Amino acid sequence: MAVLAGRLLQLNPNLIDLNAILSTPSSTHLLGADDLGRSILARLLHGVEVSLLVACVVTILTMLLGVFIGLVAGFYGGRVDRLLMQITDIFLAFPGILLAIAFAAVLGPGLTNLTIALCMSGWVSYARLTRGQTLSLRNRQHVQAAESLGASVPRLIMVHILPLLSSILVVEATYSIASVMIAEASLSFLGLGIQAPDASWGGMLRDGVRYMLVAPHYVLVVGLSLMSLILAINLAGDYLRDQLDVRTEK
Amino acid sequence: MIKRLIGLVTVVFGVLLVTFLLIHLVPGDPVEVMLGESASSADRVVLRAELGLNQPMIIQFGHYLQRLAHADFGLSIHSKTPIIELVKTRYPATLKLAFVSLLIGLGVGLPMGIFAALKAGKWQDLMVSLVSVRLSAMPAFWLGPMLMLIFAVWLGWLPVSGMEANTSIVLPALTLGLGLSAILTRMTRTSLLEVLNDDYIRTARAKGLSESHVIIHHALRAALLPIITIVGLQMGSLLAGTVITETIFSWDGIGRLLVESIEKRDYPVTQACVLLVALSYVLVNLFTDMLYQLADPRVKLVYAV
Repeated sequence: MAVLAGRLLQLNPNLIDLNAILSTPSSTHLLGADDLGRSILARLLHGVEVSLLVACVVTILTMLLGVFIGLVAGFYGGRVDRLLMQITDIFLAFPGILLAIAFAAVLGPGLTNLTIALCMSGWVSYARLTRGQTLSLRNRQHVQAAESLGASVPRLIMVHILPLLSSILVVEATYSIASVMIAEASLSFLGLGIQAPDASWGGMLRDGVRYMLVAPHYVLVVGLSLMSLILAINLAGDYLRDQLDVRTEK
Repeated sequence: MIKRLIGLVTVVFGVLLVTFLLIHLVPGDPVEVMLGESASSADRVVLRAELGLNQPMIIQFGHYLQRLAHADFGLSIHSKTPIIELVKTRYPATLKLAFVSLLIGLGVGLPMGIFAALKAGKWQDLMVSLVSVRLSAMPAFWLGPMLMLIFAVWLGWLPVSGMEANTSIVLPALTLGLGLSAILTRMTRTSLLEVLNDDYIRTARAKGLSESHVIIHHALRAALLPIITIVGLQMGSLLAGTVITETIFSWDGIGRLLVESIEKRDYPVTQACVLLVALSYVLVNLFTDMLYQLADPRVKLVYAV
């Protein structure tokens, strides 16, 4: 919807209106203008497009990687499992977005590096979740039956295990979109993510804080938008969980 | 316990390896990136030798471990001072901030959670969960500026940033603590509600014990386990959150040092900061496990792989 709005309104997020620098909401700039006289609304809409894109790409990539590792660990068990879980434990030892910050720092700013950095820390939760589920599914009767009938490993995984995991993974993915968006905004806030002049919510928040004394509406508008979006995505996650009736262990 | 320690050692080793490899991920030549293009070739040779970048990786890693064993993080490229000196002044500030935030989180979260559990289903419960859901959707870089705007700019009660005044810690600690309290509130409420219907609570009540005695001595004790787990897990985001919060409020802790070092491309400092925060988290987790055993003697420390 946000993407549609941006297209419909035909606003230019980088259009500079020097008369409107840090102006409060008015009829020309519905939510006011930022420190360079650009429309905050236009930049918000543009920023959310990039944010959502990054969040979706990161979520898909981390899910693929995490699920793969989790499946292998859970399916084969034993030494493979121990080794893979040791690796995930090491990645888990870096709290929150620290690893993403570290990777973004050494790789340098930019959209691609941002995506890589976010992926580095995101796959772990999928790996753990998938491994746990696979471990229990592995010993279910239908999997054992299929195996004794000579089904190949890829077939066992794709046909007999993965479908049972899908609803849990969908729910996890919804929540992870929200957390990736927060992480992306955090990195952009620190100047490690999307670079000016491209709009990003994190970067806008940082500018907003900088001009808080003269133009408090800037930081307010951006912050409120971010909070609403996160809430909306989380509520969607809750709804999905109820619909799919997944019992999470959280 | 032994198994737990072995697991700990591998994790610490892995953390060391990852932080060591970080500097090798710098695209191109790290020396070039750090010194800039204008540096003389003599300077480059010196830095390269200093960082040991002209040796095989495995030997570099060996040296890295050896230096760390002597609490030597190397020199900051920017200020030429030993990193350990920088860390010595910055790390306590972060610890202080994290500790006060934790106190706020517990001080607000536990009573709110108990209150909500006792009033379960009533409007008070609804209000508490409404507030906590909204609070938990507020990342630090949004809650922080908001608190700053309200209490420092509009009301002028507290300093905007820095750490000179005694009250400077209030806003950054609130930023971190309130987020934590929101999660704790929900966790306390759920785990207390689960316990409150148990038989032994009914027995305690039937014995004629006062309601507050039942809640504090019987119910809360059993509800404590999941709460400790959550606190331990949340310490991670608390530690990571200090990076953002310290930047917002100009709090001179390790998080701000990290951000500054990134801006200056002072990679050895970045490396040291990442390592320290990660190791702190590992220690916190170990401590949480030990607390677990204390809270529930039935729990034996088994390192589940």
